[in-house]
Amino acid sequence: MMKRLLAVWHARNLEFVRDRSTLIFTLLLPIMLIVGMGFVFGGPERPLFKVGVITADPKPIDKNAHPFLQERFVDFVPIAGEADGVRKVTHQALDLLVDLGLDKPGSVPRYWVNTDSPKGYIVEKLLLAAAPGSQRQQVTGAATRYVDWLFPGILGMNMMFSCLFGVGYVVLRYRKTGFLKRLHATPLTAFEFLSAQVLSRLCLILFVTTLLYIAIGSIIHFHSAGNLLLLALVAVVAALSMIALGLTIAARFASEELVGGLLNMLTWPMMLLSGIWFSLEGSPKWVQWVAGIFPLTHLLQASRAIMLDGAGLPEIAPHLAYLVVTAVAFLAFGAWSFRWRFD
Amino acid sequence: MAPPILEVCDVVKEYPAVTAVDGVSFSVPEGTCFGLLGPNGAGKTTTIEIMEGILEATRGVVRYRGEPLAARFREEAGILFQKTALQDFLSVRQSLAMFRGLYDHGLEVEEIIRLCALEKLADRDNRKLSGGQQQRLLLAIALVNDPAVLFLDEPTTGLDPQARRNFWELIQSIKARRKTIILTTHYMEEAELLCDEIAIMDKGRIIAQGTPRQLLREHFAEVLLELPRQEFPESARQLPLQVIDTSDRVEITTNDLDSTLRTLMDARVPLNNLRIRPPNLEDLFLELTGKELRA
Repeated sequence: MMKRLLAVWHARNLEFVRDRSTLIFTLLLPIMLIVGMGFVFGGPERPLFKVGVITADPKPIDKNAHPFLQERFVDFVPIAGEADGVRKVTHQALDLLVDLGLDKPGSVPRYWVNTDSPKGYIVEKLLLAAAPGSQRQQVTGAATRYVDWLFPGILGMNMMFSCLFGVGYVVLRYRKTGFLKRLHATPLTAFEFLSAQVLSRLCLILFVTTLLYIAIGSIIHFHSAGNLLLLALVAVVAALSMIALGLTIAARFASEELVGGLLNMLTWPMMLLSGIWFSLEGSPKWVQWVAGIFPLTHLLQASRAIMLDGAGLPEIAPHLAYLVVTAVAFLAFGAWSFRWRFD
Repeated sequence: MAPPILEVCDVVKEYPAVTAVDGVSFSVPEGTCFGLLGPNGAGKTTTIEIMEGILEATRGVVRYRGEPLAARFREEAGILFQKTALQDFLSVRQSLAMFRGLYDHGLEVEEIIRLCALEKLADRDNRKLSGGQQQRLLLAIALVNDPAVLFLDEPTTGLDPQARRNFWELIQSIKARRKTIILTTHYMEEAELLCDEIAIMDKGRIIAQGTPRQLLREHFAEVLLELPRQEFPESARQLPLQVIDTSDRVEITTNDLDSTLRTLMDARVPLNNLRIRPPNLEDLFLELTGKELRA
């Protein structure tokens, strides 16, 4: 028995080791995850308070520009527009919003505080100690429930897995079993085949996501603040982008382990950095830059803006444009690199 | 003779380590069954895949009705590969309907089901078919577009003798509909039964071509004597006879049976298990290459 077992064990080891690309991914993926996550979540303790500072310039805040900016345990986040900052204070995404007049020397500092926020109450005292006489603006509003904030993240994550693995593995299996070769012998073109796969998966994902939206939404008593048709448009474009991304991975490979490794290499960083579980606000610039590459990040930011803040088309247009561009680019690349058979 | 429906002109297929097809040329008249014969690795499948247009030749060209392969060829060709898996969870009828949908013209699904005797299997999951039933379904798929030319790549390999005979009957009924058939096989019986013309391939080249009868007449005397190898003494090899060794027997070809038998008896070769028969394509291949076809 041991002889047979060793024979199979040896053959499987050879198969694994000789599949170089898979071996490299198996070794590299955990190292990349550990190094990456160490960078993202490492560093000093997290601050206690988050304060938005209105600046015309998006560059990092100069702590020497005002005594209040030197307070410890406060995370100062640059905010470009007053309306955006006020909305965040209303939802308690920021504990306080200040306009210290950094761009207008001599002006009286103004601030906005949410009277329903305990953290806002404390950080207001810190501000008044450093900048007495600041003009108070008052807003009210309950904090967004974490479950409401998480809801779009969970739906988006489900879409991502279905898009990437659902299409990638199916195309790979078709190629391995020779079904793609058989289709190649018919008048079917690569574009027609890929479009059929994309549309089939798109319909399935939209159906499942709609069901989940209704079911989970009724359980947690969620009501979207924005237009559901706009939300559906975002879902369609984002799903197209992620399905096309899955196709680019499966377009030419025939190794299940390699494709699995590549898909994992895409899904894990997306799951951790796209803002499914926590907000990226306040995270290092490079993390936000990397997150901005992923279609899932744009899906989540656009859908949260619609569902939680009632955003309209103009506010989410940049996200929508990014998703359209990536969908077209991935589809074009997938169609260009597609192979019917593995030689 | 009918004008050729397919012409293969000096086709070469080179891979980094091997030349799989080495300057093959032939033409196939419309309405005939053309057989490509040869052992495993002879280049039959590579040649037929180049003819099907799914593999690109390194050099040379294949013409369909006088034109290089194009969209019209894909519409009018039916193909049965050596191995093809179908989509999971689809019935026989659903699989046929899917492939029928890929062509502008063709037969009705129910007609194909009748033609290939799939009536009782039409609603069965295609994963639950036996080997012979699976091949019938794949042949039915190759027929959905009512093709002018049908490619069959080793269609009966792996089938039991009964399933093989049933499949041959099916191909004969398709042949009767005046379809052009390109068949690769290493079963000589299959080639003799179905093919009007054959080309024998070895090491990527065609080493003989013609009708089976013509080739046998060209290369053989009238009869062939077979003896078990262990009953053929070494001393008999010195006799003035044309002897070819196969795995378990020796074959002697002759056009003078009386004289050959007398020579063997004089040399005291035991003749109890002697078999006399006319030569077939298997013998022809052995004669041409010195190898058995299924070695």
